[in-house]
Amino acid sequence: MVRTYALLMWTWTRAAAAYPASFALMTVLGVFVAAMDVGVILIIFANTTTLGGFSRDEVLFLYGTSAVAFTICDTFVSNIDRVSEHIKAGTLDTFLIRPVSAWIQLATDRFVANRLGRVLQAGAVLGYAVVALSLDWGRAWMIPVMVITGIVIFAALWTIAGAAQFVLTDAPEVVNTFTYGSSTLTQYPLSIYARDLVSGVTYVLPLAFVNWQPGLYVLGRDDPFGTPGFMRFLGPAAALVLALVAALAWRQGIRHYRSTGS
Amino acid sequence: MFGVLRAYTLIALWQARPGLAGYDVTDAVTFCFVTQAFIGPMQLFGGGLNIPERIRSGDIALDLVRPASLQLWALAEDTGRAAYLFLVRGIPPMLLGAALFGIHFPADPGRWLAFLAGFAIAVVVSFGWRYLVALSVCWLLDDRGVAVLSLVLTTFFSGMMLPLHLFPGWLGDLVMVLPWAAMVQLPTDLYLGKAPVLDTLAFQALWAVVLLGLGALATRAIRHKVVIQGG
Repeated sequence: MVRTYALLMWTWTRAAAAYPASFALMTVLGVFVAAMDVGVILIIFANTTTLGGFSRDEVLFLYGTSAVAFTICDTFVSNIDRVSEHIKAGTLDTFLIRPVSAWIQLATDRFVANRLGRVLQAGAVLGYAVVALSLDWGRAWMIPVMVITGIVIFAALWTIAGAAQFVLTDAPEVVNTFTYGSSTLTQYPLSIYARDLVSGVTYVLPLAFVNWQPGLYVLGRDDPFGTPGFMRFLGPAAALVLALVAALAWRQGIRHYRSTGS
Repeated sequence: MFGVLRAYTLIALWQARPGLAGYDVTDAVTFCFVTQAFIGPMQLFGGGLNIPERIRSGDIALDLVRPASLQLWALAEDTGRAAYLFLVRGIPPMLLGAALFGIHFPADPGRWLAFLAGFAIAVVVSFGWRYLVALSVCWLLDDRGVAVLSLVLTTFFSGMMLPLHLFPGWLGDLVMVLPWAAMVQLPTDLYLGKAPVLDTLAFQALWAVVLLGLGALATRAIRHKVVIQGG
């Protein structure tokens, strides 16, 4: 599976490398677009010292962990949202008759390596925050765990969004709100949002486990919403449940696919 | 959705620093949803004009031989679309904001008039900028690079991400005199009644004239430069 993925990824990269200038330009500009979010955080903290009870470096830490997970998914999985184009054009049929899982083919569909620039940018912010906060190393083991949890959660979200396209057919904006909105939501401490919204992203859609709950543990903070301490470690379990839901949704989507027949 | 998240961020900031930039919390939330209403009409995320496509397909040659100015033609189309999008994409976010958080609605008809005038000029400024970006494709032949660059400049320096009053020091002074401020920040200040009406409108009009003037020059230049693709 991994070998097939790597092979398809390499094929698309070679195709994109045929236009080297465009490739380089898009890499640089991608970093600029991503840097806007950091710019917003820096400007906010030029005006205040705390936001929702968190300092600048703590917010950058939360941003960094969420952004690393999200940009990795954006690079390696997000191509799946092109499924709506394929359903409309009827080209999904060819994906289904090839001897490789449709999910892998779609995740690598028109893969562009230039989004890796954003992963580096997010990693740099996270690296800065970790150094600046001089974290307790006894708790830092949680950082790789939370990044992997985040990757699984975002990948599951994209898969669910892709599966929803089989029903909605022509609404990529609706599901993009859902995936990119999740990324925006997790860039800030959840303490700035309303209690109902936070309950929703803790117990219904487990976005709080991308970086908020484990992040509180790493930072050694209590939850302002008063959730019990064991919740900090539930991230991997929540990610696993969501991944199972996503797998089921995807299977249902593929089963219910009807070709446009053209 | 994004508007709601942005509103929470602004609320948190104004709770930490009440009265920042002369806004209270409700002003900040109003700012968020009024600017959200601008996205559609002013095409702040780019696009709207089909000129880059027409340059690539070669149809632009047809547009240039028409006995009407390409620029005025595009402006007429764009303002028509803006008026429509203001109604269908602009009003709903404001109502959503009013329902979720409560926003200011000016009681004074004079302020509405000032806002609508400011909004109308802002649409023209936005058109002037996007028209220049679109024509640059004649020289660059690929519109993706400039489109992303324009997206960054427009969303960051217009006040779409954060009110420009929050930008620190010299950066704050600089962004207030750039054309993007005339698109989002200034009409919203007119709505909130935080800016002198005549000065603001004059400043916006100045940028509208400058950008349209540059657009007219560029239109003349592409007549000599245009590369017709395909046959």
